[in-house]
Amino acid sequence: MKRTLLVVAAVALYFLHQDIWFWRDGTLVFGFIPIGLFYHACYAVAASLVMWLLVTYAWPAHLEQEAEAVPEEGRKH
Amino acid sequence: MIPAIVVFLYLAIVLYIGIFAFRRAKGKEEAEDYFLASRSLGPFVFLFSLFGTNMTAFAILGSSGHAFSNGIVTFGLMASSSAFVIPLTIFLIGTRVWALGKKYGFMTPVQMFRDRWECGHIGTVIFVVQSVLLVPYIIIGIMGGGTTLYTISGGAVPFWFGGAIVAMVVMSYVFFGGMRGTAWVNTFQTVLFLLFGAIALIVIGVGMGGFQTAAQAIQNSPMSNLLTRERISPYYFFSYTFIPLSAIAFPHILIFCLTARKMNQFKKTVIFYPLCIMAIWLPCVFLGVMANRVTDVPQIRAKQEARRVLATQGKTMEPEKRDELRDAAAGDDVIMLLLQRYAPLWLAGLLGAGIMAAVMASDSQILALSTMFTEDVFAYYGGKKRFGEAVQVQTGRLFIVLITLFAYAIALRAPETIFELAIQYAFSGFAALSPLLVAALFWKGSTKWGALAVTVWTALAVVAVAIFQAMVPAPAPGSNIVAWSLGGAEVLSRTPGGTTVFGFMPVVPMVIVSALLMILVSLATAKPRQATLARYFGG
Repeated sequence: MKRTLLVVAAVALYFLHQDIWFWRDGTLVFGFIPIGLFYHACYAVAASLVMWLLVTYAWPAHLEQEAEAVPEEGRKH
Repeated sequence: MIPAIVVFLYLAIVLYIGIFAFRRAKGKEEAEDYFLASRSLGPFVFLFSLFGTNMTAFAILGSSGHAFSNGIVTFGLMASSSAFVIPLTIFLIGTRVWALGKKYGFMTPVQMFRDRWECGHIGTVIFVVQSVLLVPYIIIGIMGGGTTLYTISGGAVPFWFGGAIVAMVVMSYVFFGGMRGTAWVNTFQTVLFLLFGAIALIVIGVGMGGFQTAAQAIQNSPMSNLLTRERISPYYFFSYTFIPLSAIAFPHILIFCLTARKMNQFKKTVIFYPLCIMAIWLPCVFLGVMANRVTDVPQIRAKQEARRVLATQGKTMEPEKRDELRDAAAGDDVIMLLLQRYAPLWLAGLLGAGIMAAVMASDSQILALSTMFTEDVFAYYGGKKRFGEAVQVQTGRLFIVLITLFAYAIALRAPETIFELAIQYAFSGFAALSPLLVAALFWKGSTKWGALAVTVWTALAVVAVAIFQAMVPAPAPGSNIVAWSLGGAEVLSRTPGGTTVFGFMPVVPMVIVSALLMILVSLATAKPRQATLARYFGG
């Protein structure tokens, strides 16, 4: 369930990038930031938040354990 | 000249850090230490050096130049899409590549592909395509260095000399410092250009008398569409989300993923990557747009005039004349011009050093090419066995010198703007190679023949786009040349900025066809042995 929610969050974020609703909107937020630019700055913050969720709830810790378990001599390619 | 002196001082510091500051005691030279810093980078250096590696001249000069001409769309196109896609691919792919590198001792992506798909010469084909696609990236760094020093010095340092200085400095610390020197220089540079954005924003904002007046003036002028995305089609905007797939497929990024001491070090990188992108790109894009309100800088006015003539008379001009005007309208140096106008001399020098920091990111690409050559060709075809590891490292160093000289020679002749060169060749090509990684790491059924099909397709597609664009000159702004239509639909068109396929950038069909080829060809060909699959997927 947790994993499904994370996948949904990531997919939703991908589609939220296509904000066609602000395409021709030149409104200035705080009097100087165009709304299309403001939205995408917020998007970058949201991306960081989703990454935090992924790292916290879906970290592939088993990969490191497997890698550390291999003896040194077995590592040389 | 003062700013140029500050920048030269900065270059000296970079040289010191790269060559001496973190040098290990002299002893027997080992390839893993020289090329991968013995897989020992800590979390802070790993985050900043990986991020710095991905930021080129393009991040500051290209972004502000693109925003100057196209408006705020630049941030959504290149920054926010990267802020999501790049950390996601580092999370999904980078961590797995790190684990496999640690487990089996891989130092390059091709070593992993050769092992995973039980192939030899197909790996060499992948190496060749990766190398050819990586060289433009190195050229960008040298061109950016030349442009920056030329502008900072007010023309006293010519382009060819500035480019030569940057090439020499980068070559020297990569040559002597290897991955350890490169990583620490990248860390220093990243800190510098993270500071750059904020300081530049404040200084220029104060100089312009506040951004509110400038933004509102643009809003009430014929340039108001710079505050929206009207100049770019939604198809084109969507296409751009495919471009950041290239990041994880770039060999220098993958090789960097192998340098982390622990996998936990990816955590901070994945979380903070989007914020670092925002910290650099947001001020640059915003300033690029605001530059359009600057009326007392003759060079900026000349660019606007060239843009106006191109828009109004471009359709009736000869292609050569259009290209000339396009070059004159290009805004790659617009942020430098703003600094010259609004920052005090000493500060302009410091900020110029920040720009140089971004410009000089080609170090990792040079080192990656050297690592790939010595591991994927020299060592693979018996050189390491025959001559030993010390000769392998020396070969890598010789390769660094040769590739830098080659890139410099090309940089002196290349007419394209920094931005176009990067996008057209390297980014689309590497994005089209990304299915290789996904298939190798996540799909048991993938085969070496599928990998070969993807690689050959990528090479052909990049060459086809390059030939098409060379044969069909770019039309005037606001118009397209339809080269091929089917049932009323535009299949292939030449646009002022490049090429479109069904309205999308070529990167979209390139990635989709790559993925399909991997699936179809793999389904039709023999899989690797069970023992090999078990090493990658268990069971």
